[in-house]
Amino acid sequence: MRHRLDIQIGPVAFRIGSAWKAPLDALERLYSSYPPPEDGLADFTVRLEPEKPWRRFIRPSVAIKGDYVLADAAPLSLAHGLLAAEMGMNLQMALGQKRYLLLHAATVEKDGRALIMTGESGAGKSTLAALLGERGWRLMGDEFALLDMASGDLLPFPRAVSLKNGAIKVMEAEVAADRFGPRLDGTPKGAIRHMRPNETAIARMGEGATPALILFPRFGEAEAVRGVGAAEVFMRLTQASTNYVALGRSGFDALNRLIAANPALAIDYPDTDTAVGLVEDFWQARAA
Amino acid sequence: MAGPLYIADCESAVLTVALDGLSVLFHQPSGMTHIVAPPAPEILAALQAGPADAPELLRRLRVLYDFEGDEAESALHARLVELEAAGLVRRA
Repeated sequence: MRHRLDIQIGPVAFRIGSAWKAPLDALERLYSSYPPPEDGLADFTVRLEPEKPWRRFIRPSVAIKGDYVLADAAPLSLAHGLLAAEMGMNLQMALGQKRYLLLHAATVEKDGRALIMTGESGAGKSTLAALLGERGWRLMGDEFALLDMASGDLLPFPRAVSLKNGAIKVMEAEVAADRFGPRLDGTPKGAIRHMRPNETAIARMGEGATPALILFPRFGEAEAVRGVGAAEVFMRLTQASTNYVALGRSGFDALNRLIAANPALAIDYPDTDTAVGLVEDFWQARAA
Repeated sequence: MAGPLYIADCESAVLTVALDGLSVLFHQPSGMTHIVAPPAPEILAALQAGPADAPELLRRLRVLYDFEGDEAESALHARLVELEAAGLVRRA
């Protein structure tokens, strides 16, 4: 590839190649304080290529390629090249990761214990994790929780946080401007702006945490809290996992250990400040 | 005419974890996970004594559980159809 960037994110090393310079420049700025791969080798490769050779110049259109590809992934415009790189990294993890049980969840840590937040897209887990990450918690990741099946610990995967639509304003009010990537309007998911986690999250990206609480947040509803039974937690987490089926018995055992050791709550919330308050209350109750 | 005989895999082939009233089963031969409600785990346990048709299975279940009424056999038949479709029981 003409342009290349190698970075380590938590336990995973990526090599991102691109036919164009602009998306990699944006990515390099966003990941400016991330280390290079520990052993110089990439676990996953992402390639941003023209959909057709001539489309590198004329109405450039970015196709996401890599070790693992989705046959019907629609190409993005070059203006959204940064999003293509981010989606490419997600895709390699979702399709190729076999070392960890992967949960589509955000995780934050305090005092060595981790809070797992999972829910459908738009439930607000990214925003909530990003906000907690600026208010005394360590952001471990906003997209994927990596469960180490041997130890039962969660490993950080502190990628750039993908803020969508209303969440962009919430975090712009909280975080210095130099930690944001460009605002991308008109993407398939609306407006997106990426935010670099803070220096603590990046410096401690090799440090795992023991799970302590599972939350199922849902944004946009009146405040409500209910306990979630173990069978429902099991079902929701298998649905939230991209590789549960592929891991076979190890995944089954790891998931059951996680569920047996952790209480789970579903919370509805009208705004992020309410959610932060609820999280802090649960956390204190859990520690008591 | 006698109905079909059903069999299930041996207990060690199916890992069972009880989760508040339901059970999650990991069926090792297929690698599939199933979430089942009673009486599915009880049916699988009753088949550990060997192949059985529906009346025999009902007799075994009635030794341990309160399966009363005329509808018990049709309910059992419906559960067996589900378990067979899931690959957790098969015909001998």
